[in-house]
Amino acid sequence: MIRNYLTLAWKVLLRRKFFTFISLFGVSFTLVVLLLVTAILDHVIAPYPPETRQDRTVGIYFASLQSDHWRRNGFAGYQLIDKLARDLPNVEQLGIATVPAEVSSFLNGRSVKEWLKRTDGTYWKILDFRFLEGGPLTDADVAAGRMVAVINETTRQRFFGGAPALGRTLELDSQRFTVVGVVPDVPILRFVPFADVWVPYTTAKGEDYKHEWVGNFMALLLLKDPSKLDVTRDELWSRTRGVKVTAGTEVLKLAATPETFFDMIGRLLTGNGSGEGYGYGHRLEIVLAIGAALFMLLPAVNLVNLNISRIMERAPEIGVRKAFGASSWTLVGQFVVENVFLTLVGAAIGLAITAIALGAINSSGLILYAELSLNYRIFGWGVVLAVAFGLLSGVYPAWRMSRMHPVQALNGVAR
Amino acid sequence: MSVAAAVAELPTTTGRSAPMINLQAVEKVYRTDRIETVALTGIDLSVREGEFVSIMGPSGCGKSTLLNIIGLLDVPTGGRVEINGSVVSASSDRALAAIRNKELGFVFQTFHLIPDLAVVDNVEIPLLYRQLSNGERRKLAEAALDRVGLSSRTRHFPSQLSGGQQQRVAIARAIVGRPRILLADEPTGNLDSQMGDEVMALLKDLQHRDRTTVVMVTHDARQAERTERIIRLFDGRLVA
Repeated sequence: MIRNYLTLAWKVLLRRKFFTFISLFGVSFTLVVLLLVTAILDHVIAPYPPETRQDRTVGIYFASLQSDHWRRNGFAGYQLIDKLARDLPNVEQLGIATVPAEVSSFLNGRSVKEWLKRTDGTYWKILDFRFLEGGPLTDADVAAGRMVAVINETTRQRFFGGAPALGRTLELDSQRFTVVGVVPDVPILRFVPFADVWVPYTTAKGEDYKHEWVGNFMALLLLKDPSKLDVTRDELWSRTRGVKVTAGTEVLKLAATPETFFDMIGRLLTGNGSGEGYGYGHRLEIVLAIGAALFMLLPAVNLVNLNISRIMERAPEIGVRKAFGASSWTLVGQFVVENVFLTLVGAAIGLAITAIALGAINSSGLILYAELSLNYRIFGWGVVLAVAFGLLSGVYPAWRMSRMHPVQALNGVAR
Repeated sequence: MSVAAAVAELPTTTGRSAPMINLQAVEKVYRTDRIETVALTGIDLSVREGEFVSIMGPSGCGKSTLLNIIGLLDVPTGGRVEINGSVVSASSDRALAAIRNKELGFVFQTFHLIPDLAVVDNVEIPLLYRQLSNGERRKLAEAALDRVGLSSRTRHFPSQLSGGQQQRVAIARAIVGRPRILLADEPTGNLDSQMGDEVMALLKDLQHRDRTTVVMVTHDARQAERTERIIRLFDGRLVA
C-alpha cells in the first residue's frame, strides 16, 4: 500500500511541477536557513578545541561605569580584573586576554593586517590549544615582559612561507617578537581564543591599561563548580559595589558580571551592553525559539493552503478510493504519507544545498578561518522538524478532504 | 459496528431466492434552508443474488441517487437498506468502507481511472484496502485484466487507451475483489454501440459465470432489454 502511495505521490509531484517547486522550495529553504544558522551558532558556542572546558569556563567580558548623567559601557578593564576578579570563590584559575585588535605589519615592503591578542600565561592553561610547533606563553614570559609570540598557521605561512618558525622573529605594530609556538588557525567567530598572533600583555606599549576599569580586556574564569556561578557572581558584585571610582567630583557605579559566552552574546543582542544583570542567554534562547517557530510556521501555513488546493483537484480520486473501500482515516493516512514524502525530499535537497553553502562560506573567507560543518545532530532535528512540518501541513487538508461526501467527490465537487 | 463484525454479518452463502439487495421505504430528501427536494420516496426494491437488473427513467428522476444508496455511497434520509441480509443503513464510516470493499464493485460512466497510475495499479486499488501482499495484489489484478481482455496493456496509462478499453479497465477494477454486487452507472453512456455491446457482454458474462448481482442505470433501452428486469423510476418513485 505504501509503495502505491509513494508511486502516486511521485507521479503527482512530477505532474504538478510548479506546486512541487513551491513546496520543495519552502521546505528546503527553511531547512537550509535553519541549518546555516545552527552551523554558525555551533561554530560560535559549541565546545570545540581549544575551548574544550567550556562547561566550566565563564568570562568577565563587559563592564560599565555609570554616573547620574552618563554611562560608559565597554569591555572589562585590566584594573577591574586585576584588583577585583582575582581569588574569587569557586574559581580554579583566572586567565587574562585582550580583545583581538587588528595591527599592521610590513612584509616584503607591503602592509599586512594581523589580529593581535595579548594574554597572560593562565589563558593558555584554561584553553586547550594544540601546538604544531613549540609551546604556549608562560607566566614567566608575562612576568618578564618577554617579546615572544605564539602565531597561527596562516601567519607562519604568510611570514615564513610555511617553514618552521620557532626562534624566528616577526615585526608587528612596530614591535619585534620571537616565535615560541605555532597553533592551528582559530575561526574569527570563536571570540575568546581567536587571533593571528598572541603575545604577553605586559609587552603593551605603555601602562595606561593598568588603570582602566573599562577597557579592552576579558577575564576567563575556570570554575570549580559551574552550578555555583552565583557564588562567584555575588562576590564580584560585592567587590564592584565596594570600590570607589570617581570622575572629578562624581562617584561612579562600576558593574561587571561573570557569565557564559552564550549569556554574553545574549547580553550583546538583547541587553543594554552594560555590565549589570545576568541571564541574558535565557532571553536569547526565547528570542531564537520564537524566531525559529515563526520561521517554520509561516511556510507551514502556506503549505497547508497549497495542499488544500492540490488535494481538492484530486476529488474524483478520493471518490473512487472511497467507493472501493477506503475509509476516511485510510485517506488521511495516504495524503499524510504523500506529504511527509514531499517534505523528506525537500529535507534531502535542503541538506545538499546546506553542504554546498557551508563549503562556499568556508572557502570564501567571508568568516576568517571558518570551518563550518554540517551538524548531523541539528540535521536530525531538522528532519524531525521537516516531518512535523509535513504532518502539520498535511493532516488538516487530508482530514478535510477525507470527509468529503463520496458522491460529491466523484463528481469533482470539492468544498 | 466494527469492520470485522460488519463483514462477518454478511452471509457467505445465499439461495437463488434470497435478496442480495433489499430496500424498504427508502427516501432521499435534499434540504436546504428554503427548499426541500424529494429525490426518492417510498422505494421498495428487492434484487436477488445473480440477478441482472437495469434502472431506467428520465434525467433527474433519481436513478443515480438510488444506485448511490444501494452502493452505500449515499445515505437515505428514511427507510432501510439491506445488503446481503445485513442492515447497513446505520453503519459507521469504517464499516461501510469495509462492506463496499468486500461486497460491492462500481463501474462509472466516466470511468474514473486515476490518470497518474498505470492500468494494473488502477485495478489494484480495491485490493489496497485488504490484507494482501504486493505479489498477491499484482496477480489478482493481472487476472482481472486478463478476464476483460487487456492483459497486454497492464503498464499502459489510461490516456493511452480508447474509451472502450478504459471502461474495461474500470470493470476489471470493479471485479478484482470478487464483489457479489456490481453497480454500473451508465457504463455504456460514453461509448459507441459496438464498444457498448462489448461492455454489456462482459457484464452478462460476470452475471452468468460468477453469479454476480448486477444493477445498471441506463438511458439506453436496447441495453436495458438485455437485462433480466427493468426498474422504471419517475419523479423519485418506482413505476414498474
